[in-house]
Amino acid sequence: MLNMIVIKIFIMLALLMLTIMFYTLWERRFIGFVQDRLGPNRVGFCGLLQPIADAIKLLVKSMVIPNKANKFLFILGPIIAVITALSAWAVIPVNQTLVLANINVGVLYILAITSLSVYGIVIAGWASNSKYALFGAMRAATQLISYSIPMSFAIVGVLMKANSMNLTAIVNAQQGGITNWFFIPLLPLLVIYWICAMAETNRLPFDIAEGESELVAGFHVEYSAMGFALFFLAEYSNMILTSVLTIIMFFGGWLAPSTKYLLWVPSYAWLLIKVFMFMTLFLWIRATFPRYRIDQIMRIGWKVFIPIALFWLVIEAIWLDFTVGNIL
Amino acid sequence: MKIFYKFYKILLNLGLTDLIKGLMLTGKHLFSRKITVQYPEEKTPVSPRFRGLHALRRYKNSKERCIACKLCEAICPALAISIDSSISDDNSRIASKFEIDLFKCVYCGLCEEACPVDAIVQTSITDYHFENRGEQILTKEKLLAIGDNYESQITVNKENDAIFR
Repeated sequence: MLNMIVIKIFIMLALLMLTIMFYTLWERRFIGFVQDRLGPNRVGFCGLLQPIADAIKLLVKSMVIPNKANKFLFILGPIIAVITALSAWAVIPVNQTLVLANINVGVLYILAITSLSVYGIVIAGWASNSKYALFGAMRAATQLISYSIPMSFAIVGVLMKANSMNLTAIVNAQQGGITNWFFIPLLPLLVIYWICAMAETNRLPFDIAEGESELVAGFHVEYSAMGFALFFLAEYSNMILTSVLTIIMFFGGWLAPSTKYLLWVPSYAWLLIKVFMFMTLFLWIRATFPRYRIDQIMRIGWKVFIPIALFWLVIEAIWLDFTVGNIL
Repeated sequence: MKIFYKFYKILLNLGLTDLIKGLMLTGKHLFSRKITVQYPEEKTPVSPRFRGLHALRRYKNSKERCIACKLCEAICPALAISIDSSISDDNSRIASKFEIDLFKCVYCGLCEEACPVDAIVQTSITDYHFENRGEQILTKEKLLAIGDNYESQITVNKENDAIFR
């Protein structure tokens, strides 16, 4: 039994690593296409071996630890970042039955674990003993903490609708075709959740934490080789995680959009297609919008998203009270 | 009316209309024709007057054009050319040593302008490299070899450029 779990974890992580590798390639090629370029297409067929070449380069290079850095914390930072990013995958259901840990507070677990990732960033920025890294870490911390709030409110809306914190149960609450998926009644919350997710993962247009033009690379400016790779791994793992969470909470997870047609398509294929679409949306938004300023980010987070999310929660509560009854 | 306009503006903002417009623009470019020139296979067009790697030319009867007049050596602003002259078997004056240091050369093309017999020319070769020290000095043999290899291209370039001279 224990062995089975270990094997499952290993397979899940291996698949995740593969996805991350090719996600980096897809990001570079996609942004190339948007900018009328071709992107990396030299290594292997269509550049498919490019991520492997990158990984080998990062593994082989030596890791430089700055003289005045706190060595213990400097190494601990990326480890925390990658552990929190990977352990959140434990409760993600891939299928009706296939999930590593089918716990009843899955959403709460994910919120708790992903909130811990701010420690990795702050510790890394602090231990680097560099002003750029410290600035980047401070910005990342403010951004992550402020955007956790509207994101949690958006998730609360989903929980009210699904009446459960178990991710499998949330998906099952959306059964019955595309009209029963949660993104139709919860559209404002979906938009808020998606934008907050982008801010949480430090992606453009919210990547002031690593703003190249003013902070070189932000909190990971002193990291090289494997330390840098671990931060990247964590960031991309978080991006895929938020894409999966979005489709689980708003787009019916592995469910087919229709209960009559296309029944021969297996459920994991639906999951993959939907996740791929949202992963691409990440890149599309990155390729389109310029970076926000820190005060603009704070203003949007506190003055726009939180009021709208609260407003919609009230409307949803009243509506559910009339239709379902006894929810409050 | 002003209040209505403000309300309309807020509605537009809430509908993320600006963001969707931007996404549509990049989405259009996603499927547009790519302008990348894939270098080793495809190359951008090069002017016939392009000043690339040097070459020494020969006459059709394979006699060297260079008469070691040293005009190019004199005009070279970077002092990259060094020439020694001697008398050949058929009693004509030729260069016994003709060397161009490519590290000094600034590719100005003045040597080509100065040459009275069109012996030294600059080809349109852009991509070359050195693997050992000293290889940057083009000796007379190397220059003649380049000239022999690219003679057809050099003549075509000269013909194309002739109408502008």
